[in-house]
Amino acid sequence: MTKWPALDRFLATDPSDVGCEQTLEVLHVYVEMVLQDADGSAARRYPGLVAHLAACPPCDDDFQCLLTAAGAPS
Amino acid sequence: MQPCEAPMASTAPATASSLTTTAKDRRLDAESAGWVQTLGSTGLMREQALARLHDMLLRIARSELRRRSGRHPITGPELDDLAHQAAADALLAITGELDGFRGESRFTTWAYRFVILEVSTKLGRHFWQKPTVALDTEAWERLPDRFGMDPGDHAQWRGLVDALHRIVEEDLTPRQREVFVAIVLQGVPLDALVVRLGTNRNAIYKTLYDARRKLRTSLAANGYLTTAANSADVDLADADEGKRS
Repeated sequence: MTKWPALDRFLATDPSDVGCEQTLEVLHVYVEMVLQDADGSAARRYPGLVAHLAACPPCDDDFQCLLTAAGAPS
Repeated sequence: MQPCEAPMASTAPATASSLTTTAKDRRLDAESAGWVQTLGSTGLMREQALARLHDMLLRIARSELRRRSGRHPITGPELDDLAHQAAADALLAITGELDGFRGESRFTTWAYRFVILEVSTKLGRHFWQKPTVALDTEAWERLPDRFGMDPGDHAQWRGLVDALHRIVEEDLTPRQREVFVAIVLQGVPLDALVVRLGTNRNAIYKTLYDARRKLRTSLAANGYLTTAANSADVDLADADEGKRS
């Protein structure tokens, strides 16, 4: 731990992080779970995906976009 | 010791295979079934479905390009052209992989993922047409700013930054160093670096992940992290060793 939170976030790695490939493969499934999620069960069921989204800005960007698109009326 | 050989995917329960396996025999909702049926048909019905889906994909591509406008210089007709390219390529991929839709989500959510990934990929390619960051130097002087270090606290962070520099030079592999310099020092977007290095997002992410772990371990070993962090670092390393053994 340092005095600089941004550096701490950069240096922190989560062993449960599933990486980009697996995240993107199931992103559509996870997004719908989140949209229907009343009690946070999606995050509890897929902690490795949550860990990845917290550490990977490009995948989190894609997640946020898909969440918005899937939540809007088609 | 091989650093972080498989931190990703091996420990998480939410694997792609587990999700697809459990969804194999899932019945499709009516709207999704309609999409699959019409896109799998021929003639006018299919053409109408393709046109409708293209419109939906185009709307999302435009929206996402606008949402990311602070991170790229594309505007006006060029933005619209990129959105059209993303929608067209996504439509092609969707129709080509229609058999791969198993109903784990609504069809539209599954389809939207294609166009969102196309937008990310195209922005990565476009970056090199008009790079918005300086690529001529390694710019170590930018490191403190990247990590929110106040110039006024120079005396506090100087040693840490010097140590980081030394570890990057001496301990990282050439590939890890290349990725660190591009993303952290030069500010190259990850998806743009994917294009430059001819690889994929996962490979770049894992390379940087391994570099981050190595930097943290070395900083801790050299006394640059607090005692609590050193302890956590040792615990994490021990846990990872246990998983690999």
